[in-house]
Amino acid sequence: MEKIDKELLEQVAGLHETPKGAYNIRKNSESAGRQSTANIEITSKEDKPGIDITIKPGTKNESVHIPVIITETGVTEMVYNDFYIGEDSDVLIVAGCGIHNTGDSESKHDGVHRFFVKKGAKLRYVEKHYGSGDGNGKRVMNPATELYMEEDSVCEMEMVQIKGVDSTVRTMTADLGKNAKLTVTERLMTHGNQMARSDMEILLNGENASAQIISRSVGRDSSEQIFNPIAVGNNSCRAHIQCDSIIMDDSKIRSIPEIAANHKEAQIVHEAAIGRINGDQLLKLQTLGLTAEEAEKVIIDGFLK
Amino acid sequence: MLEIKNLKFEVSDAKGKLDIINGVDLVIPDGKFIVITGPNGGGKSTLARLIMGLEQPTSGSIIYNGTDITNMSVTERANLGIGYAFQQPPRFKGLTVSKMLSLAAGKTLAEKECCAYLGKVGLCSNEYVKRELDASLSGGEMKRIEIATLMARKPELAIFDEPEAGIDLWSFAMLVETFKNMQKSSKGTTIIISHQERIMSLADEMIVIADGKVKSRGEKSEMLPKLMCEFSSPCCSISKN
Repeated sequence: MEKIDKELLEQVAGLHETPKGAYNIRKNSESAGRQSTANIEITSKEDKPGIDITIKPGTKNESVHIPVIITETGVTEMVYNDFYIGEDSDVLIVAGCGIHNTGDSESKHDGVHRFFVKKGAKLRYVEKHYGSGDGNGKRVMNPATELYMEEDSVCEMEMVQIKGVDSTVRTMTADLGKNAKLTVTERLMTHGNQMARSDMEILLNGENASAQIISRSVGRDSSEQIFNPIAVGNNSCRAHIQCDSIIMDDSKIRSIPEIAANHKEAQIVHEAAIGRINGDQLLKLQTLGLTAEEAEKVIIDGFLK
Repeated sequence: MLEIKNLKFEVSDAKGKLDIINGVDLVIPDGKFIVITGPNGGGKSTLARLIMGLEQPTSGSIIYNGTDITNMSVTERANLGIGYAFQQPPRFKGLTVSKMLSLAAGKTLAEKECCAYLGKVGLCSNEYVKRELDASLSGGEMKRIEIATLMARKPELAIFDEPEAGIDLWSFAMLVETFKNMQKSSKGTTIIISHQERIMSLADEMIVIADGKVKSRGEKSEMLPKLMCEFSSPCCSISKN
């Protein structure tokens, strides 16, 4: 494996070596390695690019790594991945995409991830996006996520994009059944002239469903961010949306949390805040001997942790 | 040694200029435990902030161990050994108590070490170490963590700006004990801004600041009875003076 492949895999999937358990590594639109296990089967789709990941009912404490890396300039791909999370299973899925573009053409990864989380299943999903390379070609990622949660299922989703992605439009829809519990944590930092947009629609359809959406972002330089999370309560349910942004330099941030209730027992709350780093925070850390730049880094790293 | 020479700090508003600190001269020798007191609005906190560099004086100078620090940044002063506990410490989303204590100590502190500092300010539970310094902590908890942070920093010159404000009575008793131990064991200089008799009673020396000036200064044995007498009179003679 080349040095740049290793660096990308470490950034997006925390991998230092071939992962344990099931995995599928995609490089420049081709398969660069795959392993299924007794409980987790990965197969290629026949009608379009992408894979099906099927997790047997009752599978516990297993993980799946499915990183995508692009190291050539001018690669454009659209991938469809479907995840079938069997009843009462408890698994970790680590996805992520890293683009290293040193050329002048745009490299783009678009993906549609569909999750079918069966009754009582527990899923933890981590998706990291990262870009590097000093070419003029843009690094573009547009992930779409569809989540179908059955009764008593639990999902924790963590989406992280800290560096190097020029343009991203993220869309997510979720359909929550009875007692389904969803937590989405989104952490984003944009810099340069980057643009990031995140649209989410969480439909709380089942009785006693609950959702918590936490979005934290930092906008730097001349970058732009737009957040539009929507929570719709169609049953007795609870949801909380929290969008928190630090704005710096000449960046622009729009935050549009939206809540809707179609049932008298729906309790839905949203809060949104955008502001610069508080002067007292910087001063406090300076009284501990940090420079202004060091203090700023501590504040941002903590905020996006 | 800290020397303050003819220090002035004025602010301007629509009504004109206002002198917050109006010609303060002070010499504070090493190793002393000093309590600064005086009426609200008299300039105590501003004086402390000027020493730390959080505010810049209009004129005058501040000399620390022979070095003129008047134009130095907060960071430079911190690295010379000056520390300051905020009266209203800021909150940080995502920053944990252990990270803050470690930043103060200049090294990564183990959970046990963090708990030892927190225990000194009445936060005994281990759960605090991993808590974030955000809105989930009460004002009193933030305040106690702030005091623990300055203890972890161990500065040569420690300035506490009204450490008792916002702290409940039980924790206050513990805080007094902590300051008492600090007074006995610390080799450095401690300046505490306080209105509390029990903290004043720990002082080697007391300084009264009112109307932006040093109104009086002396040994505790001489100052405290005088102040207690003034406090019990119906209107404050310190500020009338």
